Amino acid sequence: MALKTEEMILNMGPQHPSTHGVLRLELQLEGEIISNVIPHIGYLHRCFEKHAEAMTYPQVIPYTDRMDYLAAMYNEFGYVLAVERLMGIEVPERVEYIRVIMGELQRIASHLVALGTYGADIGAFTPFLYCFRDREKILHLFEITCGARLLYNYIWIGGVSQDLHPDFIRLTRDFIKEFRPNIKELNDLLSYNQIFIDRTANVAALSKETAINYGITGPNLRASGVKWDLRKNDSYSIYDRFDYEIPVGSGERGKTGDCWDRYIIRVREMEESLKIIEQAIEQIPGGDVTSAIPKRVKPPAGQIYTRVENPRGELGYFIISDGSLNPYRIKVRAPSFVNLSVMGELCKGWMVADVVAILGSIDIVLGEIDR
Amino acid sequence: MIYDWLTEFTGSEIIAAFIQGWLPLLFFILPFVLVAVLAERKVSAHMQDRLGPMRVGYHGILQTIADLIKLLQKEDIIASANDKKLFNFAPVLVFVGSYAAFAAIPFSGAFIGSQIELGLLYIVAVTGLVVAGILMAGWASNNKYSLLGAMRAAAQIISYEIPTLLIILTVIMITGTVNLYTLSEMQTSYFWNWMIFGGPEFGLQKFLLIPLMMMGFLVIFISMLAEVNRTPFDIPEAESELVSGFHTEYSGMKFAMFFLAEYANMFAVSAIIAVLFFGGFQSPFGYLGNSLGWEWLVPFEQFFWFTVKGLFFIFVQMWLRWTLPRFRVDQLMAFCWKYMIPFAFVILIIAGLITVL
Amino acid sequence: MKSTEEIFSILKEKFPDSVTELLADKPVEPFIEASPLEIDKICIFLIENEELKFDSLMNLSGVDDANGDKEEDEKGLETIKGGTLSVWYNLESIELNHKITLKVSTERENPEVASVAEIWRSADWHEREAFDLYGIKFLNHPDLRRILMPYDWEAGYPLRKDYKNPEFYQGMKVPD
Repeated sequence: MALKTEEMILNMGPQHPSTHGVLRLELQLEGEIISNVIPHIGYLHRCFEKHAEAMTYPQVIPYTDRMDYLAAMYNEFGYVLAVERLMGIEVPERVEYIRVIMGELQRIASHLVALGTYGADIGAFTPFLYCFRDREKILHLFEITCGARLLYNYIWIGGVSQDLHPDFIRLTRDFIKEFRPNIKELNDLLSYNQIFIDRTANVAALSKETAINYGITGPNLRASGVKWDLRKNDSYSIYDRFDYEIPVGSGERGKTGDCWDRYIIRVREMEESLKIIEQAIEQIPGGDVTSAIPKRVKPPAGQIYTRVENPRGELGYFIISDGSLNPYRIKVRAPSFVNLSVMGELCKGWMVADVVAILGSIDIVLGEIDR
Repeated sequence: MIYDWLTEFTGSEIIAAFIQGWLPLLFFILPFVLVAVLAERKVSAHMQDRLGPMRVGYHGILQTIADLIKLLQKEDIIASANDKKLFNFAPVLVFVGSYAAFAAIPFSGAFIGSQIELGLLYIVAVTGLVVAGILMAGWASNNKYSLLGAMRAAAQIISYEIPTLLIILTVIMITGTVNLYTLSEMQTSYFWNWMIFGGPEFGLQKFLLIPLMMMGFLVIFISMLAEVNRTPFDIPEAESELVSGFHTEYSGMKFAMFFLAEYANMFAVSAIIAVLFFGGFQSPFGYLGNSLGWEWLVPFEQFFWFTVKGLFFIFVQMWLRWTLPRFRVDQLMAFCWKYMIPFAFVILIIAGLITVL
Repeated sequence: MKSTEEIFSILKEKFPDSVTELLADKPVEPFIEASPLEIDKICIFLIENEELKFDSLMNLSGVDDANGDKEEDEKGLETIKGGTLSVWYNLESIELNHKITLKVSTERENPEVASVAEIWRSADWHEREAFDLYGIKFLNHPDLRRILMPYDWEAGYPLRKDYKNPEFYQGMKVPD
């Protein structure tokens, strides 16, 4: 006689310490094993795309900040690149270097949040504070440049809003010197800790084909073994002048593409970003940063799709212009939006405790998903 | 002994026993728990490169009193679908289970709450009440998350009782007594006579036992961590998954009781380990009172050493909590049943062989 | 690596009536226009063909072309009648490193486009979003329902150019 079992539906509701924002995950459980995970989003929908149609092109920039609020510089970077390509503007060299430095610092800051909160989800509370201690230094660098710690409105169409602070280069050099040993400390404390490895290695391995078909990009795709980074494969700005590696997951502690791989790729990417920043600081030329900013931004009628490598994946801007001062249509292809759709597939067969580990390893930001 | 002195003083054995039962609780454990809560916050803060509570009192010393006042005046929320009797009774059970263990622990040469011959077995039995309390709390909360947390807690505590008991049996076999007071008295003079170094009798047996005792200590320390639900075994209260597990729905004084019970449990467990392996209240170097000729100083010194050892183990527990991530439920169970229990059995058998031969 | 013209010629050979034209006059990128109900067959060909191998759908956007007649209806609200809604596909090939843009246009009153969610699983949520915000129905989609707006939003499709916010939603006043 077979035992009658019932499926239990557990709601990891919009308010929960580990869902990285207002996300509702509907878990269909059989005991502790998951049979399906359905994400419900839209709690943070602020209709960015509709607002953008009512504003002029430069006015949209503060709104793009607020989508992925943990990597605001990169949102601005992507949008500004798209508009500049549409208009055919060339920016001065110094502006390019400043944008790359800001972008890579932002990448490190964003990864620190991802790694810290991932450790906190798994139960290790201390690395969270160590990561945030280092992030404070980066936010201080941003603060002396443009006055804001989290949402900048710094990268403008045709340039940046103001030049670097005179102390910026010196402080950045100090930061790099202090940060390198901290990455090693983080590795000793969390990455190679046997309990952490037991929780994350071999959990929810994402295969290459599934990842590409689902449109997963960023560190998640690289952890599955695909060597695809927009900074090298579809290079934009001046990323082709620097010498850096692309870390690819190889199943060191488990299967290729498991949670540990996704985690360690981010740690290694931070190191590579440090290399880029070092080289950029050495090579940065002088010049005027606001010279190429146009008085009125009126792109010709047409459309463009530009993408940049956000810390979370491929951030794409699809802009249709009708020749007026306001954009006709801006569609933002948010990396977390696409990355989250694979949750249902990834979580099948794992336990409730693993859902938290898997969600943390995908690294989502609800502001981006809901826009 | 304080008991005899109290009997003289009050003229009645019953009143003396009553007062003696209250003494450790009022004057030691409760103040200790208040200090422990603050200590945890300061210790964790300094490990995490920050400062912790700094405003209330000098460097935050009065923080716990502020917390206590806050908890006392909070509204006692009981959801309408909760089972009221169980809901109200559960924290009491957990509290009692933790605090009653102190009756059999020797705080000093002159004081033990109650001279039970079966001290260790009594302690193990009474701390089992905590499981019942946790299950009641989880069920009466009428909350899927709490229920999950409570079931995990019950499974964890019951499983990890087994290695604990096996190691306790080992020590009992070697020393021949179950009474904690006698056990402490046996480990006299210098620290070389402590159980972790093989026991007071000098000879081949002592040297053979040393590695065994060290491994036994490790096993019981890990099992005791699991008994008190501390990280890396804090699945029942896993904040990031289950939002406080079985005590999610409790507010105000009842929550405070769970909290206080947890810290008292930590101290009880540290005290037991100190007594079993590290000489209880004995000093590692001999007594100042003895060498100076002041006999009355000795019980105070013994109390001092007992507290120091207990505090040291509590510090180690806090240290581990803030360093290590937590286990998943099935890994925790596998660790207990597949590794700890066979290991504990092996230690028991070898210790038995050594004792017999 | 292939350019858009080469891809267009390959597609035009295979699907002479579905693939309509290559528009390359406006900046910045040329795009290929195709017919809405055949788009899934075209996409199967695009993903499987050895020379093209478009294994990744980067982006799928709905667009309101607003090229119909603007009329005022009884309440004085401006609505658009006639005209088209479009869906734009941005595809890329990770293996062969080339990109292409496709566009399909469908009528505004009853927009229907064949779904490519079975071909690229990333299209699943993008199509739900296009349905949510524009009202474009994707045929054969596994689970077509609203994604960003609340599931029971009755008041229309927000990103259309003639959309007006309702007064009340479930008894609560909608702020303006």
